[in-house]
Amino acid sequence: MAEEPRQAPGTVLARPLRWAEDRLHLSAGLHAQLNKVFPERWSFLLGELALYSFVVLLLTGTYLSLFFDPSMTEVTYHGDYTLADGSVMSRAFASTLDLSFDVRGGLLVRQIHHWAALVFVAAIIVHLLRIFFSGAFRRPREANWVIGLLMLVLAIVEGFTGYSMPDDLLSGTGLRITSGIILSIPVVGSWLHWLVFGGEFPGDQIIPRLFTVHILLLPGLLIVLVAVHLGLVWRQKHTQVRAPQRTERNVVGTRIVPTFAAKSIGLFISVAAVLTLLGGIFQINPIWNYGPYSPLQGSAGSQPDWYIAWVDGAARLWPAWEITLGGHRVPAPFWATVVMPAAVFALAFCYPWIERRLTGDRAHHNLLDRARDAPVRSALGAMALTFFAILLLTGFNDIIALTFSLDLDVVVWAGRFAILLLPPAAYALTYRVCHGLQTGDRKILSEGIETGIVVRRADGRFVEIHQPLGERTENGEREEVPYAGAPVPRRMNQLGAAGTALPGGLLLPDPQKESEDLRRARSNEADS
Amino acid sequence: MSGDDEVARLRQLLRRAAAKDDVDLRTYARRWPVPATRAERRARRRTLAWLGLAVVAGLCFLVLYLAWPWRYVPPPRQPSSGYRLYTPLLGITLGLALAGLSFGIITYARNFLAHEKAVQQRHDEPSPLPDQDATAVILHEARTDAGLTRRSWMGRALGAGAGVCGLGAGVAFVGSFVRDPWDNPASPQSPWHTAWSSPTGERVYLRRVTGDPDEVALARPGDLEPGGVLAAVPFRESERGDPDKLHEALHRADSPVVLVRLRPGQHVTARPGQASFGWHDYYVYSRVCTHLGCPIGIDEQREARLMCPCHSSQFDLRTGAKPVFGPAVRPLPQLPVAVTDDGVFYARSDFTEPVGPSFWELG
Repeated sequence: MAEEPRQAPGTVLARPLRWAEDRLHLSAGLHAQLNKVFPERWSFLLGELALYSFVVLLLTGTYLSLFFDPSMTEVTYHGDYTLADGSVMSRAFASTLDLSFDVRGGLLVRQIHHWAALVFVAAIIVHLLRIFFSGAFRRPREANWVIGLLMLVLAIVEGFTGYSMPDDLLSGTGLRITSGIILSIPVVGSWLHWLVFGGEFPGDQIIPRLFTVHILLLPGLLIVLVAVHLGLVWRQKHTQVRAPQRTERNVVGTRIVPTFAAKSIGLFISVAAVLTLLGGIFQINPIWNYGPYSPLQGSAGSQPDWYIAWVDGAARLWPAWEITLGGHRVPAPFWATVVMPAAVFALAFCYPWIERRLTGDRAHHNLLDRARDAPVRSALGAMALTFFAILLLTGFNDIIALTFSLDLDVVVWAGRFAILLLPPAAYALTYRVCHGLQTGDRKILSEGIETGIVVRRADGRFVEIHQPLGERTENGEREEVPYAGAPVPRRMNQLGAAGTALPGGLLLPDPQKESEDLRRARSNEADS
Repeated sequence: MSGDDEVARLRQLLRRAAAKDDVDLRTYARRWPVPATRAERRARRRTLAWLGLAVVAGLCFLVLYLAWPWRYVPPPRQPSSGYRLYTPLLGITLGLALAGLSFGIITYARNFLAHEKAVQQRHDEPSPLPDQDATAVILHEARTDAGLTRRSWMGRALGAGAGVCGLGAGVAFVGSFVRDPWDNPASPQSPWHTAWSSPTGERVYLRRVTGDPDEVALARPGDLEPGGVLAAVPFRESERGDPDKLHEALHRADSPVVLVRLRPGQHVTARPGQASFGWHDYYVYSRVCTHLGCPIGIDEQREARLMCPCHSSQFDLRTGAKPVFGPAVRPLPQLPVAVTDDGVFYARSDFTEPVGPSFWELG
């Protein structure tokens, strides 16, 4: 058997790798990973935003857990925050004050952690929307859709348990509402409440329990799911948008090492930078202004974090309907705060199979759809987003009423009508817009791009000149360009009509010869 | 030209390495094939500037962290103290340092790493049939050999054993958390009762909430102007001087009440059987919203309504605190009260219905 020729020194394995190779013989497996090709597209980085916010959360959260004391034991505060001196509060609240005032730099880390939580959930949802509207959840990636949604649910619960722990007035009010929601569940509600809280609200169990769930259980689950999620992406390879050279059977992009890896590391540090700036500049959850939780107090403007506010909004809109059946009662909040979110997530979890059933499309998909090419899916997505947006706004309806001097009753009724009328309207509108965009693309492909040049014909008519996109065939006819699901140029500049910018500094362009040499050398490089 | 030869040779090796994994390097081009151009110098300067920012901002962060005054300064002196700026300065300097680092890395990657366009073939097709068969036969034989076919005695017995073990462990785990809400229906800890119930028969007074957890200020009719409201919690003489009990009264979620004094002549339609619960123009209602339990903190005097700040339920004081707007269904339970000879309010009994959010057993 002929051996492959060995390479010259300098390109053979370096010593640490040699050491590992002799023991683990991993080269064959490793080059397959290093050679992996990633498609380059900005919207593919949204999932990475979520991942990197999660890393920031783990790092800051570990730090915070070293100072936070999740105990509901009552203490009299005598810390650095002298305004609260002598106040009676739980150790949880007192240690959060200590974290914010007695620990040097602790407030920055606390605020970064809270901001990172908001960004984490937001990044997951934006990533999910990208996956949804481009159809990336279709076979063979249904499992990752389910895992991703599961992570969204866990992230929301993780956020809720996190902001409920300091035992301040706002979080305590949130827990009080949660207690009411649990009580509203038919048949098992009160038993479930006693199981979770260890008795009547608030008891002295809930914060220690939230702590274990928040720092051990949910992060552990999330880490496992992140690993499986990434493992599946790695194994199945990325989807890609439609463009020349891209097929269902290939991936076009850059190899992971070095370009993709360098940019991704850069992105991680960027995420950390933005979260640090947010945490430093924008105050978040100033619990010392709210004070410790007391069932006696509560104020208007008690809004939960944004990823919970939509459920709170539903609680505000749902009418006062309680059903009594044979000596039992189904409380009103059950429908808005238990059934509604459960139904929303159930629909989302099932969506890949719903679409499969409706379209009969069982094919393997690696190329993505443009949103306009799947009008029904896009319209459903727009409908869901509208539904979510109205509920989210309703979660802030007292503030809306106050800001715009509206009668709160009017705002509530507006929300009730909006939730029934606007989602179907969003469906219809999106459907039409998708069709309009499709028609526009096909028109450009058949008639060419509008050049903006209007000429007068010999017969006196004015016509605009169109630039056809097809090549001219041998007999002088223009080739018909079929629509291939890829973006269609709409302006002449996209075809290079405006030329290219001259390279240069802020004030002076580079010498023409130098630029020309560089351009030519680069083009030779690319061809070689 | 030996440098170019070396580049070409390495590129050849790289393409061969890529081909091992079905990767075709369609483009793999150095960014700066012409040495010492202005464009390259500019790119280098940009990269260095970002990394320079990382160094400078990082040093600033360190110095500020160690040297800036960070101890809390209370309000009168706070605006002029450096303390206010401590956290923002830390965030800005560390954020800028990280931003410089990341932009430096990304600028470098975009300007100096080879321009690459790679095409990799997917292998999405199922494993070759012989492999599928091999896996299938191994699993089939393992199952048959172990006697774990669907209806075998071993399969059933194993299923029963593992199932019951799992069930036991699961029940034991969940069971440790179970508390019976209904085990003592007469207790103040039961959903049917509140801190206003007095199993010993001791009189329960209305204690005003003053902000001082140790202060005992009993509510008197003179405390309220017509149209006014105040918050109160239960108090028993046996609790006087006992900080734990005094604090607990403030922390129990079912004890807060609101004492309302209507304007004279305002007509009140009491709920059936509750006509005697008030005292003159004074009425006492649970302060816990019957929707989801928030304190009914907003007093709309003009309309004689109480409103919940959480979900905007409104309760009409002229009809026995029945809900008139928003998601709440049940009226706020009313506490029957009277005034002692000494002129302080006391509860004549516990609430006659559960306070707070509705639940299944409520009926």
